[in-house]
Amino acid sequence: MNRTAFLALLSHWRRHPVQLVTLCIGLMLATALWSGVQAVNAEARASYDRAAADLGQTPLRRLTGDGPVPIAEFVALRRAGWLVSPVIEGDLPLATDSLRLIGVDPLTTPPRPGLEPLLEGGDALPRFLSVDGLMIVAPETAPLLDGPGLPPHIQSAQVPPGTALVDFRLAQRLLGRDGVDHLLVAREQPMGLPPLSEVTDLTLTEDQAGGDLAQLTRSFHLNLTAFGLLAFAVGLFIVQSAIGLAFEQRRPAIRTLRALGVPLRRLMALLAAELLALATLSGLAGIALGYVIAAALLPGVAATLRGLYGAEVSGQLGFDPLWAVSALAISLAGAAAAGAQSLWRVSQMPILSPAQPRAWARASQRAILTQLAVAVALLALSGALALWGGSLVAGFACLAALLIGAALALPALLLGLLALLQRAPRSVLGEWLLADARQQVPPLSLALMALLLALAANIGVGTMVGSFRDTFTGWLDQRLAAELYVTARDPAEAEDLRTYLEPRSDALLPIWSVDLPLRGAPAEVFGIVDHATYRDNWPLLDAVPDVWDRVADGSGVLINEQLARREDIALGARLEITPDWQLPVAGVYSDYGNTRGQAITGIDALSQRFPDRPRLRYAVRLPPDRAPEVQAALRDDFGLPESNAIDQAAVKRFSLNVFDRTFLVSEALNVLTLGVAAFAMLTSLLSLSGLRLPQLAPLWALGLTPGRLAVFEVARTVLLALLTCLLAIPLGLALAWVLLNIVNVEAFGWRLPMTLFPADWIWLGLWATIAALAACLWPVLRLTRLPAADLLRVFANER
Amino acid sequence: MNADALLKSCLAAIGLMLGALPAGAQGFAGLGTASADFAQPDRDRALQFPADHAAHPGYRIEWWYLTANLAGPDGTPMGLQWTLFRSALAPDGTGDGPEQLWMGHAAVTTPDTHRVAERLARGGIGQAGVTLDGFEAYIDDWALRSSGGADPLDRLRVTARGPDFAYDVALTAQGPLVLQGDDGYSVKSAGGAASYYYSQPFYEVAGTVTLPSGPVEVTGQAWLDREWSSQPLAEDQTGWDWISLHLDSGAKLMGFGLRSRDGGHFTSATWVAPSGEVTTYGDGALQLEALAQTEVAGRRVPTRWRVRLPDRNVDLEIDAVNGDAWMDTAFPYWEGPVRITGSHGGRGYLEMTGYE
Repeated sequence: MNRTAFLALLSHWRRHPVQLVTLCIGLMLATALWSGVQAVNAEARASYDRAAADLGQTPLRRLTGDGPVPIAEFVALRRAGWLVSPVIEGDLPLATDSLRLIGVDPLTTPPRPGLEPLLEGGDALPRFLSVDGLMIVAPETAPLLDGPGLPPHIQSAQVPPGTALVDFRLAQRLLGRDGVDHLLVAREQPMGLPPLSEVTDLTLTEDQAGGDLAQLTRSFHLNLTAFGLLAFAVGLFIVQSAIGLAFEQRRPAIRTLRALGVPLRRLMALLAAELLALATLSGLAGIALGYVIAAALLPGVAATLRGLYGAEVSGQLGFDPLWAVSALAISLAGAAAAGAQSLWRVSQMPILSPAQPRAWARASQRAILTQLAVAVALLALSGALALWGGSLVAGFACLAALLIGAALALPALLLGLLALLQRAPRSVLGEWLLADARQQVPPLSLALMALLLALAANIGVGTMVGSFRDTFTGWLDQRLAAELYVTARDPAEAEDLRTYLEPRSDALLPIWSVDLPLRGAPAEVFGIVDHATYRDNWPLLDAVPDVWDRVADGSGVLINEQLARREDIALGARLEITPDWQLPVAGVYSDYGNTRGQAITGIDALSQRFPDRPRLRYAVRLPPDRAPEVQAALRDDFGLPESNAIDQAAVKRFSLNVFDRTFLVSEALNVLTLGVAAFAMLTSLLSLSGLRLPQLAPLWALGLTPGRLAVFEVARTVLLALLTCLLAIPLGLALAWVLLNIVNVEAFGWRLPMTLFPADWIWLGLWATIAALAACLWPVLRLTRLPAADLLRVFANER
Repeated sequence: MNADALLKSCLAAIGLMLGALPAGAQGFAGLGTASADFAQPDRDRALQFPADHAAHPGYRIEWWYLTANLAGPDGTPMGLQWTLFRSALAPDGTGDGPEQLWMGHAAVTTPDTHRVAERLARGGIGQAGVTLDGFEAYIDDWALRSSGGADPLDRLRVTARGPDFAYDVALTAQGPLVLQGDDGYSVKSAGGAASYYYSQPFYEVAGTVTLPSGPVEVTGQAWLDREWSSQPLAEDQTGWDWISLHLDSGAKLMGFGLRSRDGGHFTSATWVAPSGEVTTYGDGALQLEALAQTEVAGRRVPTRWRVRLPDRNVDLEIDAVNGDAWMDTAFPYWEGPVRITGSHGGRGYLEMTGYE
């Protein structure tokens, strides 16, 4: 009997293959988006964990000098017993791109991801150390390296894309440099060593990259996670609408089966088993698709994380069985959540209830009001969390409450808006259109909610990314206001460069810095001259009125936001730079991406306190079009290595490229979510189209052609989509506000100013219209091709 | 990456010489095929001192290997190891070039602790090497440095340190250098693989070993081995058991057994009279029999042996001072001090490789 009953239930899908496909695709998309994002996050986290495990609890310290560190200094420290290891980094120009070279000494280096191939026996280590050398690169970098003149390479997924790990001697040769950039100091040192200060003049600093990448990149991953969750929720709307429809349409079958003696319990079990089977199959397909999505997204994510945070994440996706299992579990849980309501309704169905399918989701006035009440409660909760939350978890709870609340409120709001529109009817048909639209809101509400969430996410994330990009551009301008940055190799050269550059530039701004602890943590203090470059470009978050005058005359100091937030330093507070030198804080500036504290004051005050620091760096102001020419001259006439004469425009281009690549991921997810929402609309409209004949048939009978009916159908759908889009704008802005002002602050420790991009909203409205059009196209097409007999039958039947 | 694993690569080269080949190490550095390009030991070439104290870069592998049996003021036995390995990555080396890979091992063994440290360095930058003018073998701040004498090795100062130990001891030779094998040409297999091998087994030691609990004044005896070669051992040899014994009579006994896969031992021994007079014994004269195993680092290693050299009426039992003297390096081996009982009393060092 089980088999027969099961086959009877399954026959529904044979008669409605589109519904089956809808259900499966919905579940598959939901699982794929969620698990894809999870896989990306997991891969990144695994990379951080690897790095953290290798680095231990605290970041490695490093020894730096005022210029390159000679190899003799490295050897002297080793011979004094200190376990140090050289590192040199630089960019090697390739035909079309450039390659980041990281030169290390594999024999003394602290653990570093990417060197694994040297350990696998074989000839990798001898080749790595040999004169010809060997580069270790990421698989995706390898194809770029086929040009002549480059050392041979091997691949390791642990090396970041665009980077090559090489022996430090090879790096020196390729970059045309002597010495190295710094020496890493091993965490564990032999017992009884002489103090470092007795052995070397180099300065000991904490690792600037920061050890806690997981912390630094948390906001990024949280945003990704939020996106994944959103996509999953949107996917579940599809699933629920498909399952709900299927159950409604099977009422006659269910009634018949029960009348024939199938116990309710068994029927429920059969329906649950069917759902389980479908969910498992779709979940598996979703996992496969999720893996594909993750693999496609990961290189971009890796590039981003490296560009923004210096975090080394492999661009290659590993396959973790645990991930697959959890993704499948999520898929099953999602199916269960979506199917529970339908199962419950079957269990409550009186055995002799009418077998007539009705518009299953047509909710009563009361239901909509109840939903509105819940929505208001959730929105209030969200507001409360925004005001008093104060933690990252609260930030996300706030987001969730906001989104769910808004989604639940949508039907009531749409009905309200339509009621408003109805007050100004232009024609009978217009009135009918609006009334019909109101009628359609409840059954379409799930699809519309999905659309609302997708649109709001689009606006929210778009606003966040745009605001971040604006701020980031500002930050780049601040850091790279000058056209050219020149670093001399020794004081004599610095003097020569000054003599050479002064007549050839609009301004020559010395930039001198000292590494010092500020409030007990490693920091840098910069000295700058008074110049419009700073006055015009540095976006200050907070400042006293005469801030630049006070910085210029050395009677005030600027600090970065990190230092201000970490140490809770307010304007006017005194900052101790050295025990006998304290300055009031005159301003706070944003300094995105830096983990260290930083302070800026007048250059005269700084050089007076630190007369012995070599003064090697200059920022050069000149017309931008002359920068390449001067840069080339510096290289040719002074033999300055490329890295010692950096062109601002190039750096800025590169940074913004990295930034934009970062958010390509967001964009891709945006498009995917919107696609899923459109699909939800399509499925809802499809399922409605059959049920709407009783509404349409009278109009047809009154003389409206199927063509006109179709126009009305399209107009109604677009109207609903546009209204939803209208409501999505404030929701999206609220979302962006929470992301920027709560999530970011909690995760990063800095607040980003919010910028509005109304032009984007118009585009989005267009997209929503296109999505709605695409979704209603097929159902409407079906309507126009409906045989007259079908419409006539409406009047013949008992309905 | 972990440093142990890196060491494994380097040690694979040395493993070729020791005959303990980690899996997959045969192809390391292409050494297996390039062997012919390296210099080969020649039975007719007499060793010359002090020149041969320095590195022989034309040969693939070389070491300066010091072991010492010491005792603290209360008589507690203590073992000390200081080793510098050189491995040539390419045959055309100049002695101090980048193609020379240097590795140091230092250890201090007490009855309950065994402390180990390792160092790696490349040649050519002054981080490690051997200088003859004012003899010094060094890697980082670890050094075996001559402090005078007719031969540079007559008086040495030895220093090394790790995270939990340091030592600084002075060695004074009480007898002549000893040439192993056939005037320093030491055969390592029935197939004829050989190395140059000489020793200074007559050191008296005094100095300080510093442990986390504080400095300990120590005295005792030490043994320096010098060996260089290019050829790996025969394919079927899996590892070796090596002893250097200071007998109470003043005589010294060096012996080794190279284990082959079929369970046989290719043995060799050198008997050094207190006068320095040397008698060498070929395969079979020395008999080594494992008596008891210690479970260490997840494997069973024989730490008590019966050692017989019937020609000298030697029938000894040697027993590890600390069975746990495992060199937890990537290419792991066992190296530690032993006590001697039986026909003779005394103390010495035992080294065992290839116990996977």
